[in-house]
Amino acid sequence: MTGLRYVYAVCRPFDAPLQVQLTGVGGAPVKMLAHHGLVAVVSPVPEGDFAEAPLREHLEDLDWLGATARAHQQVVDALTAVTTPLPLRLATVFRDDSGVRVMIESGEEAFRRTLDRLDGRVEWGVKVYVEGGEEQPEAAALAAKPASGRDYLRQRRNRAQEREDKWRAAERFATRLHGTLAAHAEESRLHAPQNSPLTRGSGHNVLNAAYLVPRAHSEEFVELVDHTKDEEPGMRVELTGPWAAYSFVDPEGTGAGDAGGREDTSGEVV
Amino acid sequence: MTTASRLPDPYGSGGGANLADILERVLDKGIVIAGDIRINLLDIELLTIKLRLIVASVDKAKEMGIDWWESDPSLSSGARRDELARENAELRERLARLEQLEPGRAREEEAP
Repeated sequence: MTGLRYVYAVCRPFDAPLQVQLTGVGGAPVKMLAHHGLVAVVSPVPEGDFAEAPLREHLEDLDWLGATARAHQQVVDALTAVTTPLPLRLATVFRDDSGVRVMIESGEEAFRRTLDRLDGRVEWGVKVYVEGGEEQPEAAALAAKPASGRDYLRQRRNRAQEREDKWRAAERFATRLHGTLAAHAEESRLHAPQNSPLTRGSGHNVLNAAYLVPRAHSEEFVELVDHTKDEEPGMRVELTGPWAAYSFVDPEGTGAGDAGGREDTSGEVV
Repeated sequence: MTTASRLPDPYGSGGGANLADILERVLDKGIVIAGDIRINLLDIELLTIKLRLIVASVDKAKEMGIDWWESDPSLSSGARRDELARENAELRERLARLEQLEPGRAREEEAP
């Protein structure tokens, strides 16, 4: 194996067979590097893409980033089906196998602690969208032509009121749903809402949360989310998962997942 | 670790998940380890901020008054400060209550 080593995750040794010929970033075969009773899941990546300068350049390219992120997630996903992996952040790269071993040794204690805490648990993502939350100029234009200035102002006020009611209802629904789900999860994290062309579907995201749930209770959790789906008109509930416990690798209260855009390094193991 | 078969079918994870969900996790979450190839954290931060501009229109939500996640202690430093202030007030109140109780307890002890 030549080239640099890209590390996807750290886990405990496992017997269950992985998907045959698991491939990683750039289509390279993935291998398990066992050391000190832990396993680093790695694949070779070319220096031409992952040395500092090209990597920095690539990271600014959304197409490259998207493909790499999907490859990373696919490996972590395959691991999640058979064991509890600790997912590493995208593009954690070492010179060679011995660099990976040193990483395992220096992070050993933290890895074991986190693996114990997360063992047998998966992450479920739940998002709530307000349907038709965007401004609709056509709807405004379609409204009856105001007969007077007073009518016009009244219509405007009514529309503003309707909008406000809708957001208030959305907030109530999201808060209640989060309360219910959090009560059925071991831990939960609130992430900043998403809204972008990258997001599939319509509507405005008002809740973006992650829940840590034991595998054994996942079915109930999924059913619980399913039940809420038609509870509130105009709200769409979206469930994703099971993910590896990405959002929970740092213990609660360390400030990880900060909505302020600050890089939090409290979760560093090295 | 053999309970994988008990998991329900994946909902949007893996190949079908939307890119924002994947990027949010692989870039923003997960364990941070300084590898041999040092990516300047500042660069990553810039990238993350840029992605946030695409991925999360937090300001837009705030504009519309949806800012309740800001009061979650795990999410904002402002909320953490509020939390501390609240805890301080609570402790002061408890202390005051205890101080009020103390003379009463002292009398009880003298009684027998």
